[in-house]
Amino acid sequence: MKLPQLPVRFPERLQPRFQPFARSLVMVRSWPVVIDLGLAACLLAAFFALVHTGHYVFGTPVPVVPISHSLSALPLYSFYSVIRIGIAYLLSLAFAISYGYTAAYNPRVEAWMVATLDILQSIPVLSFLPPVVLAMVALVPGHQLGIELGVVLLIFTGQVWNLAFSFYSSLKSIPKEMLEASRIYRYSAWQRFWQLEMPYAAIGLVWNSIVSVAGGWFALIACEMFTMGDRNFQLPGLGSYLRTASDSGDVTALIAGITTVILIVVATDQLIWRPLIAWSDKFKFEQVESADRVTSPILELIQRSHLLSTLPSRLWSGIEEPIYRRLSRSRDCRVVQPIDEDAARKKASPVFWLISALILAVILWGASKAVVLLSQLTGSQIVTLLEGAIASFLRVNVSLIISALWTIPVGVAIGFNPKLARIIQPVAQIFASVPATAFFPVLLLGLVKIGGGLGIGSIALMLLGTQWYILFNVIAGAMSIPSDLREAASLYKFTRYQRWTTLILPGIFPYLITGMVTASGGAWNASVFAEYFKIGNQTLQTLGLGQQIDIATDAGQFPILLAATILISLMVVSMNRLVWRRLYRLAETKYKLLA
Amino acid sequence: MPEATVTSTTSNENVTPDSAPIIRAERIEKYYAQPSQNRIQVISPTDLSIIPGEILALLGPSGSGKSTMLRMLSGLSRPSAGQVFWHEKPIGDAEINVSIVFQSFALFPWLTVLENVEAPLKARGVDPETRRERSLNMLTTVGLEGFQAAYPKELSGGMRQRVGFARALVVEPEVLFMDEPFSALDVLTAENLRSELLELWSNKTMPTRAVFIVTHNIEEAVLLADRIIVLGRNPGHIRTDFKVQLQHPRDRKSEPFTNLVDYIYKVLTRPEIAAAAPDQTTGKPVRDQRQMHYQMLPHARPGGVAGLLELLIDKGGRDDIYRLADDLAFEIDDLLPIVDAAQILGFLKIEEGDASITPKGSDFGNSEILRQKEIFREAALENVLLLRQIRRAIETKSDNTVPEEFFLDMLDEQFSAEESQRQVETAVNWGRYAELFDFDAARRRFTLPEAEQEEAEAADAEDAE
Repeated sequence: MKLPQLPVRFPERLQPRFQPFARSLVMVRSWPVVIDLGLAACLLAAFFALVHTGHYVFGTPVPVVPISHSLSALPLYSFYSVIRIGIAYLLSLAFAISYGYTAAYNPRVEAWMVATLDILQSIPVLSFLPPVVLAMVALVPGHQLGIELGVVLLIFTGQVWNLAFSFYSSLKSIPKEMLEASRIYRYSAWQRFWQLEMPYAAIGLVWNSIVSVAGGWFALIACEMFTMGDRNFQLPGLGSYLRTASDSGDVTALIAGITTVILIVVATDQLIWRPLIAWSDKFKFEQVESADRVTSPILELIQRSHLLSTLPSRLWSGIEEPIYRRLSRSRDCRVVQPIDEDAARKKASPVFWLISALILAVILWGASKAVVLLSQLTGSQIVTLLEGAIASFLRVNVSLIISALWTIPVGVAIGFNPKLARIIQPVAQIFASVPATAFFPVLLLGLVKIGGGLGIGSIALMLLGTQWYILFNVIAGAMSIPSDLREAASLYKFTRYQRWTTLILPGIFPYLITGMVTASGGAWNASVFAEYFKIGNQTLQTLGLGQQIDIATDAGQFPILLAATILISLMVVSMNRLVWRRLYRLAETKYKLLA
Repeated sequence: MPEATVTSTTSNENVTPDSAPIIRAERIEKYYAQPSQNRIQVISPTDLSIIPGEILALLGPSGSGKSTMLRMLSGLSRPSAGQVFWHEKPIGDAEINVSIVFQSFALFPWLTVLENVEAPLKARGVDPETRRERSLNMLTTVGLEGFQAAYPKELSGGMRQRVGFARALVVEPEVLFMDEPFSALDVLTAENLRSELLELWSNKTMPTRAVFIVTHNIEEAVLLADRIIVLGRNPGHIRTDFKVQLQHPRDRKSEPFTNLVDYIYKVLTRPEIAAAAPDQTTGKPVRDQRQMHYQMLPHARPGGVAGLLELLIDKGGRDDIYRLADDLAFEIDDLLPIVDAAQILGFLKIEEGDASITPKGSDFGNSEILRQKEIFREAALENVLLLRQIRRAIETKSDNTVPEEFFLDMLDEQFSAEESQRQVETAVNWGRYAELFDFDAARRRFTLPEAEQEEAEAADAEDAE
């Protein structure tokens, strides 16, 4: 799933250095083409492996749990969904940290790992839903657990990449003298992790977690219940509750469900994210104390309670003291380790090459199988796919343009009014976290009533999901325009046109681009979900790649599924490379406000 | 290099047991391998010892590899060739006990003052009570009692460096390394900290047996050090190594003090006498930066060059560089690049630490801005290979633009990637001033200056007709 790096651009000094296009960090002198082809082969192979495992599933029955849409079921269902998100998030956090760590400290695999990050975070994860779930069901046959695992795995893959990239780029930007200090004072890897690397990466991780979890909700609501042919895969949860409610036209249940989703999102924001943001303030790598900081009543409450504020540190030191004592006898803590050593020391061992060759062989075999799968496509199917691609492409970009058109003037107006901005910005941030997929059934019911089609419906869903990112980035951008520039503009009596072209648009440009990149990823993801929808016994659909994916899922046609996924990935990746990355570079050079 | 005030101390023969070196470097050098067979020599083979009981200052202009030398001696960086010994054991296997005080302090902003000081003790497995006690004692020693619960960002620069000192001293290092410890501080704070450091050292309040300080501030070196090593650059090498026999406390205004400072200025600005012998030991060809194709552009601005020349004209066309620096309140790292630039452009000559202006230089200094640009342009095209190449490349190409990458690739053969980037930046600076070319930062391409661009377009249009 394309997930954004940071939900909002912060004033430069608050922001851990960050670049949405990972590859430019390492791709300077390596072989981009080789890496791209290699990655494509890996993905094809992975897809084949999934499908191959999935084929076993057709022999084994999976019990179908009936989903209720009575209000009394709601608390339990919410609980299930929250647990799923929680598990997936914790898994992704752990994985992201180890991934980032490995990439940052192993030059030999670094280029590969970062390129993988770059591609995987642009692929709309929802298109992988059927094969992943099928594979998991095959691994745990005859049990609900298989679907459970499949869904969690899917949310996990949606959440993990931006976290991993955030951690990786934080590690890469630790100032050299800090690293040297940790070496000369002979820190163990453990101490370095807790006293240098984790604190340095904390702020980036917190902000990316917010985005990740929002993306997780979006995907969870969409995939707790789906059909494949005549087989139903469903899990008790908020997503399936909403779906069942809309199928049976139970408006009360729908409203109750949506309210619950919003409540959960707001509660997460207030009880978890805001305290975390306020707390992570102490990890800001800056020399002077800044005036504006996020406050959180919850955090203050915790800090005021004597027990709560001292207990964790006491427990923690109980754990870490023995570790430090043990580690102090290790080589790391007795001899100063040269800092330029790591790269040079490890000469490739034959074992490394053997393993690489083996992996390569397996990947090539899998990839060739997947290519065979692709060759089963007929000419007319390919034509339909291409038409779908064009339609989806247009829809995504129309929704982006519409969002930009209304959010730029509104966002700038709000941003120039600090009082208003302080109120509206956090609200927009919460809106962005509410999964648009939850509103979709209501939206469609309305559309069906007034006789609109899914063509409009899917654009509406994309708007619902993505415009907030642009809005609060534009607000942040407008706020960041220094007031002396604005005063200069009014002093020299700029015309309205001049004000916009020489002051406002260039001023918000970097923020606007960040918002658009984020929104475009979200819109692609939404397109998979929004172009084909079964409501009650009606099927609504409109031409598009997402529709192709969903039809193929229903009919179990893996070649089409694979081809459509490849097309989407290709479009997203090439848009990123050809358009967004260039604009971003422009934002970083020409339109960067000097500190 | 025989000099009146200098006694050579580099030889390790006849050393008494108690002055046996703590750290001894044997022909250490640093180079970076390039993709091609060339390599960039940063520091040529060097012998150096750190002897107990002395403060050793390493002095040199930027680019002389002072910091690299410090890192090799402290075990942070491995020499490309040669060996560093800690009490005669290879440093990679020895349990060495050193600390570094960093220019940027390198404190952990998320740890309190006390936690920062405790951290190295934690790494050594000292138990919590002892850790706390030793850290608090050390904070008292450096004058920070009462500040243990503060975070570094709440402190002033001077206070932060005190925390840096406390953290360095709490592990009772045998050698205390300092990497330009006072250069991020204002003059008064730096002066204050320097004298406190000397006090700690002479009262033996700190258990340290030797101090190694890297600096580009000549007066600081003369004020603190018992021995001074001056490095030359391209590649880094020892130019002189002498003992300072002035009594503490040293008076900046005293005659011997200013003589010594003047002498160091002379060494720093005098053209090299003997070139280091090329390395014969390894098979790969070593490219000595002095025989290179591109001269290394000093990172000075044309405006700075003009300012310096005007000042010199005011002083009658000739002055002592030391006095110039003093008048301007410049440190050598600020002044030398400007002097170098003026020298490369043929505006200035250096003899025996004196700078004298050339006819072309005085013409430049006396002209108004447009004429200045013209003179600068001629001088740059004549003397600076990189500028000449860029200009020629732009003229040759039909679209009159050349990517930055093209020149970076050529520069990379001779400089590190970072230095290549800086070379290009300086070239852009000079080229823009001289209106030789312009640079499009968004596309990373060199282009014709706007005026000429329009001419070229007009010419194209005529051709079309």
